[in-house]
Amino acid sequence: MKTKIKGSKPRKKRSFLYKYGSTMFFLLPWLALFCFFVVIPILVAVFFSFTDFDMVRSPQFVGIRNYVSLFLDDETFIKSLSNTFFYALVTGPAGYLISFAVAWLINEIGSKFWRSVLTLVFYSPALAGNVYMMWNYIFSGDSYGLLNSWLTELGILSKPIQWLTDPAYNSMAVVIVILWMSMGVGFLSFVAGFKQLNKDLFEAGAIDGVRNRWQELWYITLPQMVPQLKIGAVLSISGAFAVGGVNAALTGNPSTDYSTHTVLLHMTDYGYSRYEMGYASAIAVVLFVLMLVFWKLIHGVLNRFSTD
Amino acid sequence: MRIRKRRAILRKRSTKRVSRSRFGNMMVVLFLLLLGIFIALPIYYVIISSVKPISELFYFPPRFYVLDPTTDNFLSLIKLQSQSEVPFERYLFNSVLVSGISTVGYVMLASMAAYALAKHKFPLKGFITQAVVIAILFRPEVTSVPQYILMSKVGMIDTYWAVILPAMAGSFGVFLLQQFLDTVPNELIEAGRIDGASEYAIYFRLIMPMLKPAWMTVIIFTFISIWNTTGVQFIYSENLKMLPAMLSSLSTAGIARTGVAAAVAVLMMIPPVVIFLFSQNSIVETMAHSGMKG
Repeated sequence: MKTKIKGSKPRKKRSFLYKYGSTMFFLLPWLALFCFFVVIPILVAVFFSFTDFDMVRSPQFVGIRNYVSLFLDDETFIKSLSNTFFYALVTGPAGYLISFAVAWLINEIGSKFWRSVLTLVFYSPALAGNVYMMWNYIFSGDSYGLLNSWLTELGILSKPIQWLTDPAYNSMAVVIVILWMSMGVGFLSFVAGFKQLNKDLFEAGAIDGVRNRWQELWYITLPQMVPQLKIGAVLSISGAFAVGGVNAALTGNPSTDYSTHTVLLHMTDYGYSRYEMGYASAIAVVLFVLMLVFWKLIHGVLNRFSTD
Repeated sequence: MRIRKRRAILRKRSTKRVSRSRFGNMMVVLFLLLLGIFIALPIYYVIISSVKPISELFYFPPRFYVLDPTTDNFLSLIKLQSQSEVPFERYLFNSVLVSGISTVGYVMLASMAAYALAKHKFPLKGFITQAVVIAILFRPEVTSVPQYILMSKVGMIDTYWAVILPAMAGSFGVFLLQQFLDTVPNELIEAGRIDGASEYAIYFRLIMPMLKPAWMTVIIFTFISIWNTTGVQFIYSENLKMLPAMLSSLSTAGIARTGVAAAVAVLMMIPPVVIFLFSQNSIVETMAHSGMKG
């Protein structure tokens, strides 16, 4: 039932309200917050990245100077960029694969009760959130530290190692903790995805000569899981490049010789400690671009897997 | 004879999985067991530490069991902190208040927005839907600097709002709810409209009850993320800070505070775990629709 009302302007306006009034009622409250806290900040960051801004004086336009000094003059930034790549490329894919593998293996378990228990156990580090800070005691540098006292007991170490402050070890400690808590929302998405696979396809596969669970995984399960794999990838990229919180909590901020410094920490350093908002914004924009590029790449790869 | 044959056929049909070697099954269990122990051990150690008396906390080498469990750490948490500037109860109150308001608020706003995005037709709909997906990439940490600039312009810094409102702006919950709503048949809503129900009645009476698994899921995800936010970048006043801020200062305070820090960690773990236990089925049901098409 469509009735077009032709007439003067005010009437048209009323018809717009009539048509979209309820839509606006539902959508606008959230959309306003979304714009203010997500969309506009991204645009604001792009704008300020071309300025010199200290929150007090009005921003001065400086062209691409911030980007030039980031990549040419700021050794700490280069260090933090390579660290971020290291963490992202190690913990991102590894966490993603572990999540997928564990979800798959949990699905192979017959008992519903044990599946629930295992899901809870593997999800618990992400669920418990800040409890990762307690790894401070495990990696603690004195001989009371759990790891040190164990290794001393076993006769592997003769004196305690500074796991969190020695640049030779602290990156490894951070990677372990990040992987420990990598089974988060993406993992739950995988678990749920496995549960709703089309059972008929497995029977058809068995008839067509699928011989073991690896073939089944590759030819039947994976193509059906592409939507879940995609959302898992988004979540994993967003986490992998936003690395920094765990580093700061465990190895201190700044860490010894910036050994575990990341782009995120560099940004908060310039933003909240030095109030060089223009420079901090440029760092944020670099992060945005990195995440978008990686998302495009992985999206393309996953689309090749898809059956339809 | 015939019956037995039929039974055999039936049994064959009901085995939904094919060719699982026994060796493989054992490896699956072994792998999950070992990895599960690695995952659970630190959490177990935290729980054990929280009930260890001082003498056992200092025992060398540290032990994985407790001989004489005590509630001293939990009690001293209240005693110690009430002597200091900001008592433990204040951190707890702040945490509960902020996580409560933002979780409830977000579920309301996000499900309304998701309903409009899933079931209404309007200009820019495709564009906004795309933006919702892309925005999942940008965690709050990543946009925090420009957020800080904006919030300080409107005087929101160092208030509860600096944590509550950004938490209500996230797009992942909207995405989940929208995906879930796609499974609700349009005919149902049409039928409601034909019966003369207003859009608002359809949403509150028809859609909201059907969305229950999805909003249970959004509740737990939102709650976990806010419950664990330190918020120290936007909040400076110690009396407005939340439990994670307290845990982070305790956990780096050295071995003397181990027991108390473990007690805080245990208290912080309880609410998310309890909510998760009650909503696990809803979460699995919702996350089954969480995939990204296209």
